[in-house]
Amino acid sequence: MEERRDLELPTEPMTLNMGPSHPAMHGTIKVVLTVDGETIKSADVYPGFLHRGFEKECERATYTQIFPYTDRLNYVSPMLNNVGFALAVEKLAGITAPPRAQYIRVLVGEMARVADHLTCVGAAAMELGGFTAFLYMLKARDRIFDLLEEISGARLTHSYVRIGGVAEDLPDGYPGRCKDAFVLVRSAVADCDKLLTRNRIFLDRMQGIGKITAAEAISYGYTGPCLRSTGIAYDVRKDSPYLVYADLDFAVPVGENGDNLDRYLVRMEEIQQSLKLCEQALSRMPSGDVILDDPSVALPPKAATYNTIESMINHFKLIVDGIKVPPGEVYSYIEGGNGELGFYIVSDGTGRPYKCRCRPPCFTLVQSLPRLIEGAMIADVVPTFGSLNMIGGECDR
Amino acid sequence: MSRFALDRLCARLPDAVLETHDFRGDETAVVRRASIKDVMRFLRDDPEVCCEMLTDLTCVDYLGRDPRFEVVYHLHSLSKRHRLRVKAGVPESDPTIDTVTDLWATAGWLEREVWDFYGVRFSGHPDLRRILMYEEFVGHPLRKDYPVDKRQPLFRRPDLEPNLGQWKNDGT
Repeated sequence: MEERRDLELPTEPMTLNMGPSHPAMHGTIKVVLTVDGETIKSADVYPGFLHRGFEKECERATYTQIFPYTDRLNYVSPMLNNVGFALAVEKLAGITAPPRAQYIRVLVGEMARVADHLTCVGAAAMELGGFTAFLYMLKARDRIFDLLEEISGARLTHSYVRIGGVAEDLPDGYPGRCKDAFVLVRSAVADCDKLLTRNRIFLDRMQGIGKITAAEAISYGYTGPCLRSTGIAYDVRKDSPYLVYADLDFAVPVGENGDNLDRYLVRMEEIQQSLKLCEQALSRMPSGDVILDDPSVALPPKAATYNTIESMINHFKLIVDGIKVPPGEVYSYIEGGNGELGFYIVSDGTGRPYKCRCRPPCFTLVQSLPRLIEGAMIADVVPTFGSLNMIGGECDR
Repeated sequence: MSRFALDRLCARLPDAVLETHDFRGDETAVVRRASIKDVMRFLRDDPEVCCEMLTDLTCVDYLGRDPRFEVVYHLHSLSKRHRLRVKAGVPESDPTIDTVTDLWATAGWLEREVWDFYGVRFSGHPDLRRILMYEEFVGHPLRKDYPVDKRQPLFRRPDLEPNLGQWKNDGT
């Protein structure tokens, strides 16, 4: 025994810099690790490399002009950001979108959630060497983006939702094309389920790694799939239903261990639930207007803008002065791809917000990364960080 | 949000609450800056209110008003399913307020963000550094008197570089 101790190499802590540009990190973020051999002793996370001054820019933009900025918050599910921001302004203004617009918002929001989860799960698999799963998932995601492009004209930065409704009605034959795409998404998810869920290599990297208890998760402000993976069935769509979620039938999957594997499993099940919600929204969608018939909120139709002086003046006033909302402050929140996506808006009664704060769900998640990886191996950083699903645009704003 | 939580706060800590209002169903309590810690601890630990989660913490700059800054807390009770907004004014002459990092771990980064963008100091915060801006940045960009078009060339300042540990290579 004595002899063996002499042979052990003396170790001393070493500092290791991961990022800001690291092939296994989605988004630019720097993690400074203090390691003893392969074991992580402490970690410090440096976000902010993608900071663009979202809030500062919002303060000089009209409420309508903020939609393109919200697209760039969580750039994997921009529709959800659009919907969240529109609901916040509508709460401030005391208006409600017409029923058809609400169903369309549920449809596009849930499609965005599917895209978000597909990206997260696919990227997590790729970082662990499962490139096949990544390609299957992204192929399915591209079909979702095709559908969103068809209604909004853009694959990623949709800016499709408007205050008081949505920009355009669904094109002809759209429900049929949705159903075709959902078949493909379901089969891709089923294939990946077979590739990953019982894969020994995948399980070894995910099971029991990056564990957090429910109490700690609450203290860290976890929401969304990461909170549900610890066993707490909190989902904004169930707890404080917005839009038409109260009328739709869906389940909230929960995990029990709060580790990487449970976060993966919760996301896989949520994809199924979201597809179910999309189908329900399509089948129950009533006919009618897609935006409020109120000239103080909605832009006049293009033909009227070009041909009548009243509509042109109305259009000009809405673009230049912005939509007027009463002074006050609201906090409005929806279930985003990563958790509770909140907007806190302070209005001074003009067409531009006095303050527009986005409560980014992944900012609080990334904060807990040191807690999750301390004591683990260097190789555990990658799957743990991947399962938290940090989106740079949203975390750094 | 919750009228019940607001009423209970007013009944239990009447001296701390300066005013209350609700707009569009968002109940808000404006509390004294000095008693923010007591209010937060009460709201978290009281079995009836039980706001286990600090959802959001931010700040608003009301330039030209006194107090100039308002730190805004959004609390959420998962078990009781209600929310409450708490605000505390912070004057420009002494922009400090007590930290709540010992009550919620999530306050760590949120308070750093408020310090970074508004220059409000949280006394007792264990690690109050800038978070989204870089250390060399001068000023606090979300203050209303910080021009939106202002540009700051980045000059590296070695004295502000984070200490990444010393790499010892003395042959031992």
